[in-house]
Amino acid sequence: MSGRVGETARQREGETGLLSPPSAPADAPPRPLAPSSARRLRGSGRWSGSLVVGLVILLAVLLLSVVGGWLVDPKDGIVGAVTPSQPPSARFLLGTDSQGRDVLTMLVLGTPQTIRIGLTAGVVGVAIGLVLGLLSGYFGGWFDGTVRVLSDALMTVPGIAILLIIAINVGHMTPFLMGLTVASLSWMYPTRSIRAQVLSIRERPYIAVARANGASEAEIVFREVMPNLLPFIAASFVGATSGAMLASVGLEALGLGTNDVHTLGTMIFWAQKYSAVLRGQWWWFGPPIAMIATIFIGLFFVSAGVDRFANPRLRQQT
Amino acid sequence: MSLEYLVTRVGQLLLIVFIAVTVNFLIPRAIPGDPIESALQTRIAMTGSTDVNVQEVAAAYRAKFGLDKPIWVQYLNYWRDIFRLDFGVSLVDFPQPVISKVQAALPWTLGLLGVSTAIDFTLGTLLGALAAWPRAPSFVRGLLPPFMLLSAVPFFLLAIVLLSIFAVELRVFPPGGGFDPVRIVRFNLPTIVDILYHAILPSMSLVLGGIGGWALGMRAMMVSTLGEDYITFAEAKGLPARRVFLWYGMRNALLPQVTRLAVALGSILSGAVLVEAMFSYPGLGGLLVGAIAGKDYFVIQGIVLMLIVSLALSLFVVDLIYPLVDPRIRYQR
Repeated sequence: MSGRVGETARQREGETGLLSPPSAPADAPPRPLAPSSARRLRGSGRWSGSLVVGLVILLAVLLLSVVGGWLVDPKDGIVGAVTPSQPPSARFLLGTDSQGRDVLTMLVLGTPQTIRIGLTAGVVGVAIGLVLGLLSGYFGGWFDGTVRVLSDALMTVPGIAILLIIAINVGHMTPFLMGLTVASLSWMYPTRSIRAQVLSIRERPYIAVARANGASEAEIVFREVMPNLLPFIAASFVGATSGAMLASVGLEALGLGTNDVHTLGTMIFWAQKYSAVLRGQWWWFGPPIAMIATIFIGLFFVSAGVDRFANPRLRQQT
Repeated sequence: MSLEYLVTRVGQLLLIVFIAVTVNFLIPRAIPGDPIESALQTRIAMTGSTDVNVQEVAAAYRAKFGLDKPIWVQYLNYWRDIFRLDFGVSLVDFPQPVISKVQAALPWTLGLLGVSTAIDFTLGTLLGALAAWPRAPSFVRGLLPPFMLLSAVPFFLLAIVLLSIFAVELRVFPPGGGFDPVRIVRFNLPTIVDILYHAILPSMSLVLGGIGGWALGMRAMMVSTLGEDYITFAEAKGLPARRVFLWYGMRNALLPQVTRLAVALGSILSGAVLVEAMFSYPGLGGLLVGAIAGKDYFVIQGIVLMLIVSLALSLFVVDLIYPLVDPRIRYQR
């Protein structure tokens, strides 16, 4: 029974997916997902190793920035506060930059800002994706067509191009505005994956049962469809956050970041602008790179772990 | 290939160009404040010259670009200019038209991106296929995790690390640029060697960061392909292992990779722009850094438009050649 249901959903996807490239990843055939999956997720035994590793890495980064926040003096992050261009020493654990700022202070102040930007964009992107994905997957029609064509088109655009145009026009950039800026391109993947899943879920027998029991459309959407989307929402959230953070760090490294707030991306920008690499000041550009790399590797593990319960098929394969 | 597919595909191409142009047109106008005046102010503040009448210059700009007309007239004019390849003039190098700057930079970006993507796609796909192949030497599987970790790190951060190791500490590669500054670029062997020499570090950062993603996708596809009955049959009838691997396994597992390539090109291009920025490469990325630093508004717009349109065009071509790559694809309902 469930095989046949999956088949119809796949055919529909094939019929309507004319505009998309033959099989965009988010477009992959909706995977069968048992209704109890959300419950299983909370149960024990589904916490894969990579999810734990990823969460531990991210928690360590958070802890470091919180504890570090108590230990450093924000004044040391202002231009001219300390002796410039000092290599790491007992006094300056990570050295100082050529503008007279303490690198450790900038790192500790910048890390939470970068994470905040990513989370802001992740929440906004997934919220938009959830609404659009639910509406277009469940109700279909012209709305579905518009959403699909638009998200397809935007997914193939080099993100940095559109973000550049927005960022350069924002007068006074703040971490929150940066989050909103990168969020403007972080809703397409959530939309596509949630839509594909809704297409499959709405053909399940329990939806027909609910409808036969006289449930309204809103009740079906919120009581029957939404709970089954939770793993996919979690997976999209991790993906959107990570993508948004990548975009924001890139924009900041180009010089479009916040001027008065330290973030990891602006640290890279200043290091680049004052030729820290060519001067061999590894203590200046090294720490933000190491921190960004750690965050992304953590997110990579988390998303691999989340994918495992979002796509039960992967469990058998890998 | 059906005509209907072709028509919808052309429609999508036009839609992307439309979005790009409209975003380029609308966003500066949707945000309060006058971009021209503020750009001029910033430039004056930076250069310290005081003998420029901002209002007057801005008014001249407005008249030239018709910014005093109703918005829909401006929009139509904007399209007309784009069809004439007129993106305005650079504010930094004043009389130089934007299009000539962008035209000079585009081949560098396309060259760097094309070669690097070809290399990392090939290496990554091979690595992924071998990782799924039971008879592959065991060190292949050991290569996978480090490349996957590298793929999680943004390209341009790898670029900085490579730059610092190979150009600054070891001094084996040049620290930036696209060619030796004293060289006269002509089409001859030393020039080509010089250009390749300068391209090694930037393309290495794209390749090192790209392999992991391709390997991961290919491995998953290959695992499921190798489970098919025809593989068992091919082995049972005694075909050489190499033939089973290449023509029965890889050939069939390859298509999703090519599809993924089309989808990923956008983010690869974004990454390449940033890598170029780190290396002051003469491509669009290098041009962009200067334009942002100098608030050269029209150059930035030109780069943005060129990035979007060139990518949309190449995706269009990729989509049209799919059926040649794999006869299983037919664009029909």
